[in-house]
Amino acid sequence: MCLAVPGRILAIEEKEGTRIGKVQFGGIVRQAYLDFVPEAGVGDFVMVHVGFAISQVNEEEAARTYQMLQAMGLLESDALPAPPDSAEGPS
Amino acid sequence: MKFIDEYRDQRIAQALVAELHRRVTRPWVLMEICGGQTHTIMRYGIDELIPPQIELVHGPGCPVCVTPVEIVDKAIYLAARPDVIFVSYGDMLRVPGSDSDLFRVKAAGGDVRVVYSPLEALKIARTNPERQVVFFAIGFETTAPANAMAVWQAKQQGLQNFSVLVSQVLVPPAIRLLLSSPRNRVQGFIAPGHVCTVMGYCEYEVLSNDFRVPIVVAGFEPIDLLEAITMLVRQLEAGRAEVENQYVRSVSYEGNLPAQRLIEEVFEVCDHKWRGVGMIPQSGYRLRSEFAAYDATQRFALADLRVEEPPECISAEILQGLKKPLDCPAFARRCTPENPLGATMVSAEGVCAAYYQYRRHTVLH
Repeated sequence: MCLAVPGRILAIEEKEGTRIGKVQFGGIVRQAYLDFVPEAGVGDFVMVHVGFAISQVNEEEAARTYQMLQAMGLLESDALPAPPDSAEGPS
Repeated sequence: MKFIDEYRDQRIAQALVAELHRRVTRPWVLMEICGGQTHTIMRYGIDELIPPQIELVHGPGCPVCVTPVEIVDKAIYLAARPDVIFVSYGDMLRVPGSDSDLFRVKAAGGDVRVVYSPLEALKIARTNPERQVVFFAIGFETTAPANAMAVWQAKQQGLQNFSVLVSQVLVPPAIRLLLSSPRNRVQGFIAPGHVCTVMGYCEYEVLSNDFRVPIVVAGFEPIDLLEAITMLVRQLEAGRAEVENQYVRSVSYEGNLPAQRLIEEVFEVCDHKWRGVGMIPQSGYRLRSEFAAYDATQRFALADLRVEEPPECISAEILQGLKKPLDCPAFARRCTPENPLGATMVSAEGVCAAYYQYRRHTVLH
């Protein structure tokens, strides 16, 4: 129910005082209301819930995952860290 | 998809799991509040990946599950009226009322329509001026701005044939209730990322201070949850109790202010009954008097109802993290997603449905 999906704003139009965006989610494009993200512009990513953008994705923060990979030296090689011992599974 | 796939990277997951194994020295009980997070935990088997000392219990965070039977019964009554088009999010259709559900009303000829966004309900009202259109405005804080916007626009547009049946619930009062219970076992909370996207997390600092409990605001992908669990365990092992934000890519401290302003304009806080839990003070929203004309309970003069829940269903204890679905003798036997006894089995995000879907049970019918 509280699902929100990240999508990229492709275009914005004003209609009767409301900002409506064309937002791309993977291969799908849908309409989303942008009234709650007044600073978001074309090219920005927003989190969309029941047709409304509720936040603009902080891309710098989102890049942290890649930084984690980099810090772990995992982006350059496909080597996986050794899995933890058998205590990992359900006991 | 960008901002999703990287949060499912197995290599990071393994690194976080390895850190958890290194850090944990004794048992800890953590609770995720949001049904969406429960779903991710079950789907990716996160509960089985983490060290066995860390127990995850599942909270009351599925608005579909906690909508009280009385309000479901009102929805069913309205949906069966020939002059009404009843509009709802899809999840509510199979939620059992006292003796029926919206899906059965629809099958019997009721005009029940499913929408993705509340603004579609407004469109239905505009194109059907001779009918009454009632929208079932349920949700947590995440959905409140959208539901508020529908009411606000209806007033702006002077729509006479639109009203809403409101069942809006708020997360922090439910956490306070759980923490105040002498039976509470939860030592750390994963706070719901999209609720906090809208509301921010200053209210969670009050809870963390009052009860000396660590709280981490988290996203919904497996890496988000593993990282949040790791952050909680770091705090617990170090004896800290703070609020931290794992979901910084969407959540800010103060939340979404334009959304909060609209909520504030349309709704006011009220006591609210949660299915399976009971009345929680100051835990819901109702329409402000300026918007009373759009309140379906007033428009159709719906009286207050009191309804008993099926005695066999233990969803009350499940929603409070006191029991798990496998503790229920009816689970996967007399209670299944096809024939649910209680709401936790109905919604895809309900705890029982998540356990059932991901086969955390041995009884296969």
